[in-house]
Amino acid sequence: MYRQTEIIKDASQPGIEGDMVINVGPQHPATHGVLHLVITLNGETIKKVEPHLGYIHRSIEKMCESLSYRQFIYVTSRMDYLSAHINNHACALCVEKGLQVEIPPRAQVIRILMDELTRIASHELWWGAMAMDLGAFTPFFHAFRERETINDIMEDTCGARLTMNYIVPGGVMADLHPDFQKKTKEFIQLYKRKIHEYDELVTGNIIFQNRMKGIGYLSPEDAVSYGCTGPTARGSGVSSDIRKLYPYEIYDKLEFDEVLESAGDSFARYMIRIGEMQQSIRIIEQLIDNIPEGDFQAKTKAVLKLPKGEYYSRVETARGELGVYIVSENGTTPYRIKFRSPGFSNLSVLDHIARGSKLGDLVAMMGTLDLVIPDIDR
Amino acid sequence: MLTQRAKQVDRRPMTGLESIYLWNILKGMMITLSHLFKKKATIQYPEQKRTFSKVFRGLQVLNRDAEGRENCTACGLCAVACPAEAITMEAAERLSGEEHLYREEKYAVKYEINMLRCIFCGFCEDACPKDAIYLSQTFAPANYGRKGFIYKKEDLLIPHPIEQPEAYKKALGEKVVKADG
Repeated sequence: MYRQTEIIKDASQPGIEGDMVINVGPQHPATHGVLHLVITLNGETIKKVEPHLGYIHRSIEKMCESLSYRQFIYVTSRMDYLSAHINNHACALCVEKGLQVEIPPRAQVIRILMDELTRIASHELWWGAMAMDLGAFTPFFHAFRERETINDIMEDTCGARLTMNYIVPGGVMADLHPDFQKKTKEFIQLYKRKIHEYDELVTGNIIFQNRMKGIGYLSPEDAVSYGCTGPTARGSGVSSDIRKLYPYEIYDKLEFDEVLESAGDSFARYMIRIGEMQQSIRIIEQLIDNIPEGDFQAKTKAVLKLPKGEYYSRVETARGELGVYIVSENGTTPYRIKFRSPGFSNLSVLDHIARGSKLGDLVAMMGTLDLVIPDIDR
Repeated sequence: MLTQRAKQVDRRPMTGLESIYLWNILKGMMITLSHLFKKKATIQYPEQKRTFSKVFRGLQVLNRDAEGRENCTACGLCAVACPAEAITMEAAERLSGEEHLYREEKYAVKYEINMLRCIFCGFCEDACPKDAIYLSQTFAPANYGRKGFIYKKEDLLIPHPIEQPEAYKKALGEKVVKADG
């Protein structure tokens, strides 16, 4: 492995004394979680960024092969823990595809409401953490103040604040808390009161803009060829919202826009996520007064058995497309599970966009890719 | 898929006034300072504690019935349902003269939950046919060693309702006791 700092003598390029290789992470405050980057530098210019994975590999895919179709959903909360609910949703959709169960309309609406709340919570945390990467500490507290409200709503209904474990195949685990509608409306009011602070503190700030604009340019063609999805791809003008392209649940009946920017730099990716939070608020506003009555869970057998075959489902998490692929051999446990996580593809583009820029900008680029390491490593 | 719906980001160069940065720093500070006079979002933790919701999934509790007999029959359904394989137990048959201790003919001699493995999903509570295990509104406190996180039956059992009524009531919290289990 690499030493903390080492000089590589490059004989093929005369005139250059040598490149410096530095390790950022796995235990480094600037990388979120435990990402290990090996960066080759020339002075302060980045020549190469190599992400090294495996530090928190927990073999979730292999683990899922020994768990039943009800149990494995809860392990996936630990992949992308910031949008745990949406992970569970993707798995439940895949199992339901195999079981051919009809989801009650009430459960569908509850799922979407929770999905969008999770998306806002995830983007809030990203916003605070990214500003903190750039040296602004205050936004972090502003973001967490609003996120706390969402966590309270989650705790009331789901019973947990971060890893909700609320979705089961066939619907949701429990009915909504009686105060859910009231609290969610309060949150929307609070959010609308506070959103101007976000813009004044960070978005409109010229120092922030100077550090973001033109940094980490990703062209639309590269975004497609690297397999980027989610806000990273949409920042380059690539339409990739699964909710629009392959609608699941009742997303096709809802009115919302896919936020798109064409610039492809860090600031465009930033604006996408800010815009997405507002679109999520729009979705919640449409649904919050129209939750249909009825069952919150379809009747399913106690032991689930998927017919022999292959099943694939995809959802839009806060980071991009999450695909769940199940191969079933007509047993109670899956024969093979594969997760297509958005973070992995988005991380692979980091080397491409970081080459030639300064070391200080690397953190800004990583911030706008919104990496969650357990999602990448699984 | 490339689309034409994308917006353009404003990228005019900075004006001379903007490049001083002073106004933007002051603007940011104004927002921060204005929060000095607003309602605080924080609570003073050790003195003030926030209450958990009724459905919060925290530390497991092994239940007793109203007469103080243990509900658990060591059927093992919770251990099977557990995705994290955190629960282990050993069953034994009730002897005559132990009717005041255990409700049914079978009981758990050993019942352990490894709190480091537990993911607090609540499947054990769902799986239990005897209403013997439920998740309370507290969480596992910190400990110095790994062994301290393996909760034995003594740690998990709810206090006796007749011998320690105060502690029992506190441990039960908002939980509704079913008559027949």
